Amino acid sequence: MSAILRSRLVGALASPHGVDRYLERFNPMWAAHEVRARIVSIHRETDGDAPVATLTLQPTSTWRGHQAGQHVLVGVEIPGVAKRYTRAFSISSAASGKGERFTLTIRAHDEGQVSSYLVREAAPGQIIHLSQAQGEFTLVESPATPTISRLLFITGGSGITPAMSMIRTLLRDGYQRDGVAHAGRKVTFLHFARSAEDQIFADELAEIAAADNGIDVHLRYGDQVFSEFELRRLVADYRDTDTWLCGPPGLVELVKAAYDDSTRLRMEFFKPAVARAARPGEEIEGDIAFTRSGKTVAASGASILEQAEQAGLTPEFGCRMGICFSCTRTKTVGTVRNILTGEESAVPDEEVRICVTAAAGDCHIDL
Amino acid sequence: MTDTIVETTNEKYHGLTHAEIDSLGAELDALRLRTIADLGEPDAEYLRKVVKAQRSFEIAGRALFYLPPAWPLAVASLSVSKILDNMEIGHNVMHGQYDWMGDPAFNSRQFDWDTMAPAENWKYGHNYMHHTYTNIVGKDRDVGYGILRMDEDQKWRPIYLGNPLYAFLLMTFFEWGVAVHDLEAEEVLAGRRPLFRGENAPIWRRLRKKMGKQILKDYVLFPLLTGPFFLSTLAGNFTANIIRNIWTFNIIFCGHFPAGVATFTEEETENETRGQWYLRQMLGSANITGSKLMHVMSGNLSHQIEHHLFPDIPARRYPEMAVEVQEICERYGLPYNTGSLPRQLFSVFKKIVRLAFPGGKTPAAPVRGPQAVIDDSLAA
Ligand SMILES: Cc1cc2nc3c(=O)[nH]c(=O)nc-3n(C[C@H](O)[C@H](O)[C@H](O)COP(=O)(O)OP(=O)(O)OC[C@H]3O[C@@H](n4cnc5c(N)ncnc54)[C@H](O)[C@@H]3O)c2cc1C
Ligand code: FES
Repeated sequence: MSAILRSRLVGALASPHGVDRYLERFNPMWAAHEVRARIVSIHRETDGDAPVATLTLQPTSTWRGHQAGQHVLVGVEIPGVAKRYTRAFSISSAASGKGERFTLTIRAHDEGQVSSYLVREAAPGQIIHLSQAQGEFTLVESPATPTISRLLFITGGSGITPAMSMIRTLLRDGYQRDGVAHAGRKVTFLHFARSAEDQIFADELAEIAAADNGIDVHLRYGDQVFSEFELRRLVADYRDTDTWLCGPPGLVELVKAAYDDSTRLRMEFFKPAVARAARPGEEIEGDIAFTRSGKTVAASGASILEQAEQAGLTPEFGCRMGICFSCTRTKTVGTVRNILTGEESAVPDEEVRICVTAAAGDCHIDL
Repeated sequence: MTDTIVETTNEKYHGLTHAEIDSLGAELDALRLRTIADLGEPDAEYLRKVVKAQRSFEIAGRALFYLPPAWPLAVASLSVSKILDNMEIGHNVMHGQYDWMGDPAFNSRQFDWDTMAPAENWKYGHNYMHHTYTNIVGKDRDVGYGILRMDEDQKWRPIYLGNPLYAFLLMTFFEWGVAVHDLEAEEVLAGRRPLFRGENAPIWRRLRKKMGKQILKDYVLFPLLTGPFFLSTLAGNFTANIIRNIWTFNIIFCGHFPAGVATFTEEETENETRGQWYLRQMLGSANITGSKLMHVMSGNLSHQIEHHLFPDIPARRYPEMAVEVQEICERYGLPYNTGSLPRQLFSVFKKIVRLAFPGGKTPAAPVRGPQAVIDDSLAA
């Protein structure tokens, strides 16, 4: 059925709107290309100021599955606002296959529009919009990572979710070699939470810690901050160990310093990187011309998105941190700099994500 | 002598002083901001409702072609679908009126409509060129669409004797006209632009692709799918497209060409202020009165004045904004060109015929400044 719906004939008949625009007229869970999901259940993990909940989602058959560690862009229409907000959430359940259920574990931020809504108000049965799973923060090999002999996870707060997905995948798919359970290979899981009450997945982690599976679990609370000394005690050769790091900026900074540029360290950020385009002390000279609207502003070093908004334009955006691509625009001429990487580019007619791109001189943006 | 002219144009612009125009602009900006701040669920719901209706009419229309006696009904249903798709949905969504919803299905960058003109070409020619240079003769390519003489300032040539005929053909095949409009045939004929190369290359590429798709579905696939009724489905699809063309042409011509709509010169509009831009949009458009249904079917372009003042505000807001715009016009002594569909149509028709011939003045915009209003009240 879905092969027919995806066929060129049906596509031609549904042109220019696309098959999904007709299917959704009958049932929101019917889709040929888009991904949507029905919330199956919502489970409160912790209460308190910033409660956390795990949402189990039944995606449409278009869901291609995910690798442990990947995230998904979630589009939510919040009642009363009528706008669709898009946010990224890492998938917390083990790697999924085509059309299979998966879970998101979300912390409600105080003023966070999407997270508060999903944790506090959403109800089973509701439909949300999804992207396919994306992201490179994954287990290098799956399912049993035969070539990786040692794994280290360092997480903080809700940064536990992608690591949890990886651990769950390893355990489910059998972290073993030649029929021997985990074959003596070790996984170290080091997690920092605000308090024991704020610890999500506590029971499951306790079980994992107790079982004979080669996984060591170390939970740290409150002012037990990360120290290189402690890490060395847990994993002597940590710099040569494949490590996945995800957590708040403070933790990330400390760990990065301890790893001193080791390529074994992989990171994922949940929060926008600080948007600073100009290198410290550097003056930016040049104008940004928004060619469609005819407006021109002096480049300030802020992102092109911010500068466009200050100029009264309302470009589309989603995450504002370079992951969802909804702010993508064409830079027709000129030099721009990627705020995240510092990389400069002067290629004409280039697609840039204006939320993480700043002008590094004169440039023209199709806006 | 020259001095006096310069002075008067400096002092008064279409009957208003610069200070008055600035405050007019400020009032309209305030109205704009107030409306934007109020956008929300009802607007999103409305759009979704219209889309749902359009899809239903389309599906019903396509299905009814399997039932030959229901042919007129099938055509009617498909025509309504195509009109809604073009007017209240396509035109408005592609103006970015619903971008704020964050729904990719209604995003101006991603939407395409059920007509020959590819979204991207049309957005440049219409959203940008026409809405920026509205009614500036020589710059707004919608004035006469490159083939008609719709303004006295367009120099008469014998070829314009065909004005009514051209208008009739443009009306019937409007979607084709709008589509090829973007190739800028006049520029091509004048030798300033290659037909399919250079600037026209990407336009032509998109155009070919879109036309191919539209022709394939309306004139090949859907007719084939009805098997023995191939010809009747083909004729039905063709008729629905023509009906939609005639309707959209009429609505659009009533929005810009009835008597009393002003046109502008390039010199006049150089270094225009925001207030002057607003003023030009008001003087350069005309409304059509009518029922709620008529407004929906015209994509609220029956409120062409409001649309030109606020092209990116959801069109369903125009009727309520119109009350304020009209009140503002009255206070500033500005004309607010509105009339019933037959009246506006007749006025457009008269212009098309009159301007086929040389000379001849069509009634100019009755521009009256506040002074004129005071004079009137003194006289009364
Ligand atoms: C790759 C990736 C994976 C992610 N995975 C998860 C996940 O598994 N679970 C999860 O709960 N979140 C995750 N996030 C964070 C998530 O995308 C949102 O940023 C977060 O839920 C807040 O969104 P909001 O709409 O509720 O807040 P917004 O409405 O965007 O912001 C409201 C307020 O909260 C602040 N705020 C926004 N984001 C954060 C943040 N991350 N931390 C602290 N304050 C913030 C803002 O500064 C603002 O003051 C992930 C982010 C990324 C980029
Ligand atoms: S807003 Fe998401 S990539 Fe720019």
